[in-house]
Amino acid sequence: MTGSVRLYGAVARGGFRRHATYRTATAAGVFTNTVFGLILAYTYLALWDQRPGLGGYDQAQALTYVWLGQSLHMVMAVLGGGFEDELIERIRSGDVAIDLYRPADLQLWWLAGDLGRGLFHLLARGLVPMLFGALVFDLALPADPLRWLAFLGAALLGLLVSFAIRFLVALSAFWLMDGAGVAQMAWLTGIFFSGMLLPLNVFPGLLGEIARLLPWASLMQLPADVLLGERTGAALLSGYAFQLGWAAALLTLGRLLQTVATRRVVVQGG
Amino acid sequence: MAESAESAESAESAASAESVRHAPPAEPWEWAGPQAEKTGPCARLLQGLRAYGLICAMWIRSTMAYRASFAMTLFGNFAATALDFVAILLMFSQVDRLGGYQLPEVALLYGSAGTAFGIADLLLGSMDRLGRRVRDGTLDTLLVRPVPVLAQVAADRFALRRLGRITQGLLILGYALWVLDVDWSPLKVLMVPLMLLSGSVIFGAVFVCGAAFQFLAQDAAEVQNSFTYGGVTLLQYPPTVFGKDLLRSVTCVVPLAFVSWLPALYILGRDYPLGLPGWLAFTPPLVALACCALAGLAWRAGLTSYRSTGS
Repeated sequence: MTGSVRLYGAVARGGFRRHATYRTATAAGVFTNTVFGLILAYTYLALWDQRPGLGGYDQAQALTYVWLGQSLHMVMAVLGGGFEDELIERIRSGDVAIDLYRPADLQLWWLAGDLGRGLFHLLARGLVPMLFGALVFDLALPADPLRWLAFLGAALLGLLVSFAIRFLVALSAFWLMDGAGVAQMAWLTGIFFSGMLLPLNVFPGLLGEIARLLPWASLMQLPADVLLGERTGAALLSGYAFQLGWAAALLTLGRLLQTVATRRVVVQGG
Repeated sequence: MAESAESAESAESAASAESVRHAPPAEPWEWAGPQAEKTGPCARLLQGLRAYGLICAMWIRSTMAYRASFAMTLFGNFAATALDFVAILLMFSQVDRLGGYQLPEVALLYGSAGTAFGIADLLLGSMDRLGRRVRDGTLDTLLVRPVPVLAQVAADRFALRRLGRITQGLLILGYALWVLDVDWSPLKVLMVPLMLLSGSVIFGAVFVCGAAFQFLAQDAAEVQNSFTYGGVTLLQYPPTVFGKDLLRSVTCVVPLAFVSWLPALYILGRDYPLGLPGWLAFTPPLVALACCALAGLAWRAGLTSYRSTGS
């Protein structure tokens, strides 16, 4: 038990340090996130100017949502940039055979690495855009440290769901060989239904109701609602339960698919 | 949503690299021989364009080897850009006006900026791979060929699927022109193609400047996205939405406002928020030329500062 904790801990640290190596690229990414945050913030201002209280948010909350979106963008790897491209390539090239004979579980191995990456991206790509946003606009950031803690919990569960979805996407390469098409469809769906484009509670009617029930709501909408104080007490617990439920369901599905997929692997000697 | 297109591309590039081996190789040195003798700016320009066309044709042939994959990525490119407009539609499901503009007016801004950017992205969008080439040393291969490096870099992995973005932009532009209630004059009609042409040249210059910048900051390729994808996102919304400082910087520093805002606002008969003189609406072609000159200088400076890693 302690052995495996140490093993996956080391993998997670590796994931963190691996992404921390590219400092210039990280700085460039922070710059881009900030520029996009600025553009989006102004469009949200215009929208909430026209309809104050839209989706249950006031203007400060809407602006906070924008900057939180830029901060969580890379953490949730909505547009790729996580581990999935690499795993797809390893499946295509056959290198996945090496992963399979390691004394570690495939899913847990990649999960640990992705959690390390997520933590790095939260610190390195999340803090600066949020600080910039708070300097330029009036944001509704909570003073209560407990709410920040609750938010971190929701963000962690969101990352778990995000990983589970991307793991399924990557495993599809066992059957399709070229995962580009599935990956593209996955990020199109993800960007739309996570609420990165527009908060899900602004979506009209039935579309909004469905969008709020899909797993992608865990990535952005739920953590944002927790930070903005829209979910406290029982609503907070039901939010966690929603995320945990999707994480458990999707991770189990991933595990089943992994079992089927690994039976298909044929190692060519040579 | 900007970097989005690129992340899917990188996954796909592995497949296209495979496919080029099957396509009959077009060998630049064979046809470049005699022309390389000629000098003078015109001859060099023609030679560069010819090389660009031949390399693009090669990439199109290799893309067409996998038609189903091409169709899927073309659709993906279309759908990815369409999502931006879906977001605008969702906004308009809640409000009638955004920054004082109605949906058809926003559609005109969106369609013109999207089409202009789409053309630049199709023709020069692959240039943001330059940083990778500098890093892994493959740029040296391009330098020893008797073909202008700019033409080779611009045509590198020419991606026909980017027609998806142009199609999407043109559809929205068509919708806007169809429903807009504008008092059309010959000048306003002329403004539409002029806007698309000079707009795509301005965005093209931004792509070239971004590539030149990558000679210096190899890992910082993403900064370029702020000006290209960020720029087109900005132009999709009415200028009245944004703060004055932001407007000043995209009018005077990076002249993105000349891509679509100034000419489109002339068509709509609206004033640009900064209170600039009206005749500026007719200057985009001049601005585009100036941008090209600057981009050319930047490219030359970048290329001469390049030092190979050597191995």
